[in-house]
Parts: sequence; structure tokens; C-alpha cells
Amino acid sequence: MTVLVETRGLEMRFALPTHFLSREKPVLHALNGVDVAIHKGEAFCIVGESGCGKTTLGRAIMGLLAPSAGEIDFDGTRIDKLSEHARRPFRARMQMVFQNPYASLNPRRTVFDTLAEPLHHLRPELSGAELRKMVEVVMLDVGADPKWGRRMPHEFSGGQRQRIAIARALVTDPEFVVADEPISALDVSIQAQILNLMTKTREERGLTYLFITHDLSVVEHFGDRAAVMYLGQIVELANVEVLFDGPRHPYTRLLLEAIPKLDGGSFDQEHQPGELPNPVKPPPGCAFAPRCPLANERCHRERPNLSVTGATQVACFAVEEGRD
Amino acid sequence: MALLEVRGLEVAFPQGRRAEALALRGVDLDLEPGERLGVVGESGAGKSMLAFAILNLIAAPGRISAGSIAFEGRNLLDLSSDEIRKVRGDRISMIFQDPMMTLNPVLTIGTQMVETLQAHRRIGWDEARKLSIERLAQVAIPSSETRFDSYPHELSGGLRQRVVIAIALLTDPEIIIADEPTTALDVTIQAEIMSLILRLCRENRVGLILITHDLGVVAEATERLMIMCAEKVVEEGPTRAIIDTPDHPYSRGLLAALPQRSERGKPLNQIPGSMPGIADLPGGCAYHPRCERAYAGCHLEAPALEAHGPRRVACFRPLLEKAEA
Repeated sequence: MTVLVETRGLEMRFALPTHFLSREKPVLHALNGVDVAIHKGEAFCIVGESGCGKTTLGRAIMGLLAPSAGEIDFDGTRIDKLSEHARRPFRARMQMVFQNPYASLNPRRTVFDTLAEPLHHLRPELSGAELRKMVEVVMLDVGADPKWGRRMPHEFSGGQRQRIAIARALVTDPEFVVADEPISALDVSIQAQILNLMTKTREERGLTYLFITHDLSVVEHFGDRAAVMYLGQIVELANVEVLFDGPRHPYTRLLLEAIPKLDGGSFDQEHQPGELPNPVKPPPGCAFAPRCPLANERCHRERPNLSVTGATQVACFAVEEGRD
Repeated sequence: MALLEVRGLEVAFPQGRRAEALALRGVDLDLEPGERLGVVGESGAGKSMLAFAILNLIAAPGRISAGSIAFEGRNLLDLSSDEIRKVRGDRISMIFQDPMMTLNPVLTIGTQMVETLQAHRRIGWDEARKLSIERLAQVAIPSSETRFDSYPHELSGGLRQRVVIAIALLTDPEIIIADEPTTALDVTIQAEIMSLILRLCRENRVGLILITHDLGVVAEATERLMIMCAEKVVEEGPTRAIIDTPDHPYSRGLLAALPQRSERGKPLNQIPGSMPGIADLPGGCAYHPRCERAYAGCHLEAPALEAHGPRRVACFRPLLEKAEA
């Protein structure tokens, strides 16, 4: 299997604003050494709760944020240090769909202008007729009426807007699409429409997806492989079936147990209050140790690394030592 | 006689100069003491409108244009604003979606709790403080004595929602109306908050009206379920029965669209189109343009909610799987 996108030791630190006289210089660690290799043609999911760094990872890969350390490769070329000019050919090959279609479409542009913009920018050699043709083809592909082109975003419902946002991502004919929570702002019946559309475009165009979500039930349906993130680190990475049938990391188990199920049984258990630790002062050991039922003294002291255990990769001492 | 009995409730908003559009079109609702009722629908289905209307909180220019809300035998719509204030927040409490919007950012949590108590009871500050700290401990807030003096921004989202629940429970209400109480929270926090709400409702025999878009949450938490579509109830009955064998095509469509209910690698079952706005409802059954079972009659007349055993369905061609099987 060929690797399309790879990150090695990716770190992202944000300096927080402080008082100008303050000696403390607080730094937020959004990503703490993330290694992922996304294969050509797969749907790779990143799952985690708010603040775990999943969006930061997607944005770093897209080049919307410059990583503090580490490397990002796209199709064998290192892209994180490229100049704006050298990066341009890659921009057409990787595109992004955002969470909120009410915010991601320019309210003062017609749908056609929104869809033509990436082509104007990345393929200036196209003639007007070619450009119109390409926009029309992509609109039909996502189930949008080409007549929508003359209308403005406010005339559309959330689901229709998200179709337009997907069309904008596909118009440059990319190989790789980062979809950051593309369905969480939508209603249940519309979510299914958009997920089906993404599956269809993936099959027809041979797309590789990086699907960022907090919703595990979507991952089970849509993803091939999934990585679970906690406080800027990947704690478990496996094929989706493996992850759902035999989750190894205690956090993955907690996440799976917490999903409200149609058959019931999840809310009847007693749940202790647990919170993500402060990312400015992360605990010295495993980030999950303060909430973990299996944590021992070593977990509070050392930080586990992702290592292969059976069919999955897990970052957990309890699993390594067979205490789980 | 049920604890809460809502009959034919309608809410109207002005549309243009003369016309009005209905944001709630004749909703009936019953709640027994200690019962947990789920209200499910997509955005714009009128579920939050129902919650606000029950507490007579519809803001102008909207108004309750028809119906009655009987709580312990009294029609809440006939009460003066002073009288309804004695019910609202005291006998019937409400929990909203976003705890950052519900809590006052410039007052400590303690002040807000004492304020709530003193609005409804003759109670001294010391006693109110004691009771508040007790409630904070009850919702599993660690070191509740120091949290009493914290400001909302010092707490995480999950803790804030716990504070909101503690405030809702302060006055020992008969009914809690929770409008999407966990939508703004992460899944693990959602499980914590929901299991807490469930435990407290069971222990204190508090009735719960849980409004949400998430069928998984109601399946876990409620005994009875109402499914709303286009400002109306389309199906009502025991939660388990509706989840297992929905009678209304819309209920079935919603359930089938969930990834939990679908086979891996197959496309999800989708409902075509989207919810119509309140200003441009189609004639007849509002769901018919999206419905796979619609026939000519559905365009002409809106079906009434009719009893089928323990359930009520508003559809001319309900699925009624048990009858067919």
C-alpha cells in the first residue's frame, strides 16, 4: 500500500498571551509528536473529544498552521517547509471541507463564484468556458443543480450548503480531502445524505479522506482505519473493525461505552466526573492517567509511546504489561 | 389526571403584516409524576418551542394562540406573570443547552444559587448556602465548598452543566424540562451528565421532559417518546416500542439513517429533501414530499394523531409492522 500523507513527530505549540511583565510564558501543546501514515485510497479517521488536537492535526497537514516541530510528507515530498509558491501545486491536490457550512461559504459570493475561486487561483490557464464546464460537472457530481450557481449561500439549507462546500473541495480534482466534522452541524436525516455523498465521491474519484470527528458511530460506518487522540497524542490506532470489536486503550473503551445506544445500557452505569487535563500544564506521565482505572505509579511518571500490540497500535503501559 | 396535561397547544408568529405562521400546530402532551418523556425531532421541528411554551416563555412577537397547559389542575396560561413565576423555576425547572449562556458570568455560582432559593423561599443566606453546597455535592462536584465561590468561567463545560442541574434541583421541582442538555458536551461528559440526571430524577421522583435530536440519548434515558416533525407530533408511545418498530414513516426514516443501524460498507438509508420551513409548509401531511409511502390522499388532508394500542400515530398509511406480521 502506498502512503500518500505521512507525519513524523509532528508537534504544535501555541504561545498563550500573557501580561507583558509576566515571567511565565505559558505554552499550549496542541500536538505532542503525532505519527500517522495515511494510505492512498483509504478513509482515515481521527477521533477524539474537544481539545484533543484533531482539528489542529488536520490544519497542519493542510498547511493552514505551521508545525513547531516534525515533518509532513505528501506523496513522497516534504511539504511543511515549502514556500507559498512551491506549495501551490500541492494545494490543488489536497482540499478541505469544514464543519460549519454557514461559516465556510462567503455570504456575499454567488455559489458559482465560490466554486470557481479555487480554479481561478490554482489553474489560471483555464478559459472561461472550461471553467464553467468544470464547475458544472462537479455540481452535478455532488447532487447540486447547476442552476444554483447564480444564487447566494443564504438561499440554501444546511445540507445543501455542505454539498456546495464539498463541491468546492472537489473542483480542483484533488487526491486528498481533509473533512473536519463535516456532518456535525447537520440534522440526522441530512447527515446520512452527506455521508453517502462522501462515500460516493470517494469511490468515483478514488479519493483519500482524512475524516476528523468526535462521533464514533460515524467512524464505524465510514472509516477504514481510525486513530483515537487524547491531549495531542494518538493513544490507539487500528483498523475500524479491530478498534470496535476489541478496543485496547482504556480511553477508547471509555469512549465506546459512552456512546448512547439504541439498545440502552450506557447511561445506567455510574460515570465519574472526568475532564481533559490542562494542555498548558499536561501531567508528566500518561495524559489519561488521572482518569484511568488501570493507572499505576509508572503511568503517572512516564509517558507511553505508540507500540504495536496484536492487531492494533496502543500507547498504554497497562496493555504493554498485560494489566488490562 | 396527569401531573402535566398539554392540550392542542399552538404558537403563532406574525408573518408579514396580517398573516401568522404557526411554530407549534396543536401539540398534546401528558406527564405523570416521575415519568421520563423524550421529545425528538430535527431542527425546526418545534421541540424547543414546546418547552418554552409550557413555561409560558414565548417572547413577543410570538404568542400562544390556542390550547391549554394544565399543571396540577391549573391552566398555566391563565396565571398572571407573578403567579407563573411561582411555578416556573420552582415547581418546573429548566435546563438549557449551553451552560455558559445560562449562568451569569459576573456572579459567583454561590450567589446565583442563593438568589434562586431566595426568589422562591423565605430562607436566610447561611441556610441557603448550606443547602446549595449540599446540592453541589449531590451532582458530584468535587470540593463543592470552594466551588460555591467560583465564577462560571473557572469551571469546565461538564462542571458548568452540573452546576445548572444543581440549580434546577434546588427547589425540589416536580418536573425538569431539559432542552438538549448535553448537545454542547463531549460524549464521555454527556454520559456522565445524563446518568446524573437519570439518577436524580429516579431518586427524587422528578418528571423529566428531555428534548433532543439524538435518538440514542432518548433510547437510553426515557420511558415514553414523542417524535415531532414540522411543528407537530407524528408518533407517540413507549420508547422501546418506537425504537424497535417505528410506525410512522418519518420515525422509521430517522432511525434507519443512523450509522448504528446500518451495515458497514453499504450506503446509509437517507430521507430525501429537507424539513420545510414554517412559512412554506406543503398542504396535507407536512411530511408527504419526503415520504416513501405517500399516496394521493396525503397531499389533501393532514392525518390526525390516532391511537394504535399504546401508541398514537399521525399517518394515513402507518407501518404497523406487528399487525402485518
